[in-house]
Amino acid sequence: MTAMAPIPGRSTERSLAIRTSKLNLWYGTFQALFDVDLDIRQGIITSMIGPSGCGKSTFLRSVNRINERLGYVRTTGTIDVMGQNIMDPEVELVQVRKQIGMVFQRPNPLPISIRDNVLFGHRIHNAGKRDARSEEDGIVENALQTVLLWDKVKDKLDKKATALSLEEQQKLCIARLLPVKPGVLLMDEPCSALDPKGTEAVEELIWELRGEYTILIVTHNMAQARRASEECIFMLMGKVVEHDDTGQMFVTPKHKETADYIEGRYG
Amino acid sequence: MFEATQLNRRNETTQKLFRLALGGMTGILILPVILILGTLIWKGAPVISFEFLFTGPTKGMTAGGIFPALLGTILLVLVALLASVPLGVAAAIYLSEYAPNNWFTRAINLAIINLAGVPSIVHALFGVGAFVIFFKFGTSILAASLTLAIMTLPVVIVATRESLQAVPEAFREACWNMGATRWQTIRRVVLPNAVTGILTGVILEVSRTAGETAPIMFTGAAFFLPLLPQSVFDQTMALSLHLFVVSTQVPNMPEQLPYGVALVLISLVLLMNSLSIALRMYLRGKKKW
Ligand SMILES: Nc1ncnc2c1ncn2[C@@H]1O[C@H](COP(=O)(O)OP(=O)(O)OP(=O)(O)O)[C@@H](O)[C@H]1O
Ligand SMILES: [Mg+2]
Repeated sequence: MTAMAPIPGRSTERSLAIRTSKLNLWYGTFQALFDVDLDIRQGIITSMIGPSGCGKSTFLRSVNRINERLGYVRTTGTIDVMGQNIMDPEVELVQVRKQIGMVFQRPNPLPISIRDNVLFGHRIHNAGKRDARSEEDGIVENALQTVLLWDKVKDKLDKKATALSLEEQQKLCIARLLPVKPGVLLMDEPCSALDPKGTEAVEELIWELRGEYTILIVTHNMAQARRASEECIFMLMGKVVEHDDTGQMFVTPKHKETADYIEGRYG
Repeated sequence: MFEATQLNRRNETTQKLFRLALGGMTGILILPVILILGTLIWKGAPVISFEFLFTGPTKGMTAGGIFPALLGTILLVLVALLASVPLGVAAAIYLSEYAPNNWFTRAINLAIINLAGVPSIVHALFGVGAFVIFFKFGTSILAASLTLAIMTLPVVIVATRESLQAVPEAFREACWNMGATRWQTIRRVVLPNAVTGILTGVILEVSRTAGETAPIMFTGAAFFLPLLPQSVFDQTMALSLHLFVVSTQVPNMPEQLPYGVALVLISLVLLMNSLSIALRMYLRGKKKW
């Protein structure tokens, strides 16, 4: 990893990966986020829960600025990633996306070979010039080892990625983010298209990535949030209700809304 | 317990009736096609020979072959393809991948669709004004082909846009999220997946213009030329116009000759269409998601 990589357990200042203040967001006239102040610590897994439509995806999509592609989105407030305001005019969008990887609900590998999928981001951020084959091989093996996929696909790297099972596709989608060494991984319900076995496998993988990457994961699965995250954020109708250690939040939530949601009394 | 009830039987009768009616309509639809093709083959096939295809007309066009016209049509379509494909594909890429979704883009899209409805004689007159006179190409293959190209631009754009839009949005999102620029996304993911559709759609659309008469009549096609064209600035004969001439303009025409010309013209268009469909099936067989 680069020199910027956090040292797990030794973050003396509890350094922050993402910090938003007074983040408001409108889709046209509809306000989806209200004064969101969040401090997301580096190197840990933070889960985000809340009923459907409360703005979880919207928040994630603001952090890598993919939302602004829709012409009618307006944002106020600040979003700092690794200590830098990504809304600054000098900020290069491509660099933001490089630092912040995103995993979607539905696995979306590109319709090219497994190998090319893993190398896609790497090639884009290296002026399209191809490295020596051996160097690329190293990158591919490394990334696929990290996501626990290497043994399964090492003999079919030139096969189409779209022919893999959903679980394998999702792992590949995580693997292809790694070669460009992002600091933050955003995951929007990464397991909801998978069966229980696949869910377990991907969860295990996410847990493995902890420390080296800051992970923010949206989930509808209480058990998953509880098992697989160190801190937890509960959102309701575009506002952050509670942000606490996961253990704390699930045992003694501070707000009645949180308790209601955790116990399944919301939709 | 499983016997048909009164209602079952009545429903069954109704459904048979409708099947018959709908099938009948389809039959009526197919009949003219069969009649036309049948007549053409019946009357035209005896005329067709190696000599018919590869020599020029003689005796005031009442004998000999159609080679100059056949060659002319192929040339006209090829040059039209060369002109309209780069332009149309570029415009379609811009419109579907770059242009913001606002009233201006929507107005342009509407204009393109309307352009497809402009009668070919209007395109012909535009071609005369623009290419023959203003750009001083004279009546020539170039002027005629450019006129055809302008005429097919809307369909080329529409065919290309459809192929581009058939590429799932998820692929684009995946690329953008890895920091790819729009162009990198287009170049590496969108185009490779759309190119078969674009190619075949475009060939299909443009080859249909082989049968057009009006747009080339005033811009570059001649009734009769003793020599083959030497460059794109020469005039040429063309099958469609030749068919018109031998059917209506020449006295003492052997009855079967026009049928032969029509059969060649139709075969040419069908051949190009089947080629593009075969190409599409071949390429699609090799594809993926
Ligand atoms: N592109 C959009 N245009 C307009 N409104 C949108 C758009 N995307 C989301 N919204 C609205 O913003 C609100 C928050 O949506 P968001 O997708 O962030 O919710 P979510 O918490 O991710 O929900 P889910 O759990 O169902 O994924 C919803 O009311 C939604 O209707
Ligand atoms: Mg969502």
